[in-house]
Amino acid sequence: MRTSKFCAAALIAALCPALMFGGTISGKVTYTGTPVKPKPIDMSKEPSCAKQHATPVNTETVVTGANNTLENVVVYISAGGDDANAPAQAVTFTQKGCQYLPHVVALHTGQELQVVNGDQTSHNIHPLAKVNREWNKSQPPGSPNISEKFDSPEFISVKCNIHPWMHGWFAVLKTNHYSISGANGGFSLPNLPPGKYTVTAWHEDYGTQTQDVTITGNETKSIDFSFKAKAY
Amino acid sequence: MNNLKTVHFFGAILGFVLAAGVSAMWAQDAPDVGPHPPEPAKAMESHIGNITGHSADAKLDYRRYCAGCHGELGDGQGENTPWLDPKPRNFTLATFKCRSTLTGTLPTDEDLFNTIGRGLTNSNMPIWNTFTKQQRANLVAYIKTFSPRWEKEKAGEPIKIPVEPAVTIESISHGKALFTKLECWKCHGPQGKGDGPSAATLTDSQDNPIRPYNFAGGGDDSRFKCGSTNSDIYKIFITGVDGTPMPSFADVIQPNDAWDLVHFLRTLQVKRHSKENDVLKAAGGRIPPYVEKQAEAPVSQPENRAAGGGN
Repeated sequence: MRTSKFCAAALIAALCPALMFGGTISGKVTYTGTPVKPKPIDMSKEPSCAKQHATPVNTETVVTGANNTLENVVVYISAGGDDANAPAQAVTFTQKGCQYLPHVVALHTGQELQVVNGDQTSHNIHPLAKVNREWNKSQPPGSPNISEKFDSPEFISVKCNIHPWMHGWFAVLKTNHYSISGANGGFSLPNLPPGKYTVTAWHEDYGTQTQDVTITGNETKSIDFSFKAKAY
Repeated sequence: MNNLKTVHFFGAILGFVLAAGVSAMWAQDAPDVGPHPPEPAKAMESHIGNITGHSADAKLDYRRYCAGCHGELGDGQGENTPWLDPKPRNFTLATFKCRSTLTGTLPTDEDLFNTIGRGLTNSNMPIWNTFTKQQRANLVAYIKTFSPRWEKEKAGEPIKIPVEPAVTIESISHGKALFTKLECWKCHGPQGKGDGPSAATLTDSQDNPIRPYNFAGGGDDSRFKCGSTNSDIYKIFITGVDGTPMPSFADVIQPNDAWDLVHFLRTLQVKRHSKENDVLKAAGGRIPPYVEKQAEAPVSQPENRAAGGGN
């Protein structure tokens, strides 16, 4: 009885604002200055991966698009939009061609993360967590997916020690309102009930920026982030 | 003698003048430098058999014997740290190499107790067999005051280690096949000399360069970091060596296969006398190629996790 009441309340709370108001914060992430040039990765030590790529794969520390847009930036509600519950659906992090797909994966605390090895070589998945537990697991070809969860919000650097060029990120957040900027630098945070929000944009090399946004109803607020490229 | 006295005298004066001057100059906005060990938030205990260790009783021993490397604050930043490789453990992270528990979990009190007594070979951590068991137990409790994880989490469940089967040339041969299949050689090298293709690029979780274990390096007394029995070797690759590139193989290797791998690893210690090397010698000194048996059992998840499991 208590559970069903709670569920109903949760359902209304979750659905109604989205249906009735559904404010959206969207925009673009760009950079100024001259970013470091991506370096081609030498995978010759792992032929099974090297042969999957017609041209050398580049490092993904800074990925840019046309018109100074910046990719792989996690834009999320850092205040005002915490979600108590993680989505039941797992997020997937795939190792393919000795690369991480995607390079940055965002998930809620407690949400299931499935790590897939799509290669014909062993990988070890080593999240260098500082707040969460640090673990390190081997995943030979053909072995089952690794299922893990993280308890605390943290941007966790992930690497494969066997293939030192493999580097990615787990963005563990307290909110389900996040968006990772794509090739055009765009992001969108839909379904926001009215309220005051702090929006944070995080880039693995350029750090974080925040902006405050107030959503009053069924509207789309446009904000942009601009990072200064680090000089090397 | 006289000279020495004079030096001491002037040294003392200089020290006094400097201290007075500096403290006067910086009295207002002196940066908070130097270790100020906070009182442990909570007194911790350890339980080793019927011995109970108390953190409060280890304070002097820690400062006398441990702080020089591990630091007053347990952060691995002791005064000797810049000259050490590998670096001393940072206890504030609560990540430990030698565990009987799964990767990512806290070690048991006994794991830490054994590490202190055993020391860590190929590092500057000596064998602390001069301590009494009570002293070691107290130090284990003291180590647990440095990270809040010890208050929030329980230690992991020790892994189950089945009884070791007999060493045969077949088990060695299968172990060799696993060594290839699980790609241990990528770091440890085809002959276990620590010279695999990825060896040169390895770093620990603090970004310090680290070498994979060279099985062939030692003599008859060669040791492993986390113990030297066959069970210890079994434990190392099942649990992984947290904080280093060595991953856990708990989810990808079946218990009996793991024993075969242990038997093969022993033969890589070419200069060490072992039953495995005896079996190998009796078989003519060559490991026959492994012939895969027809799979009878369906592929299932390995059962390396203890009943009830850690997380």
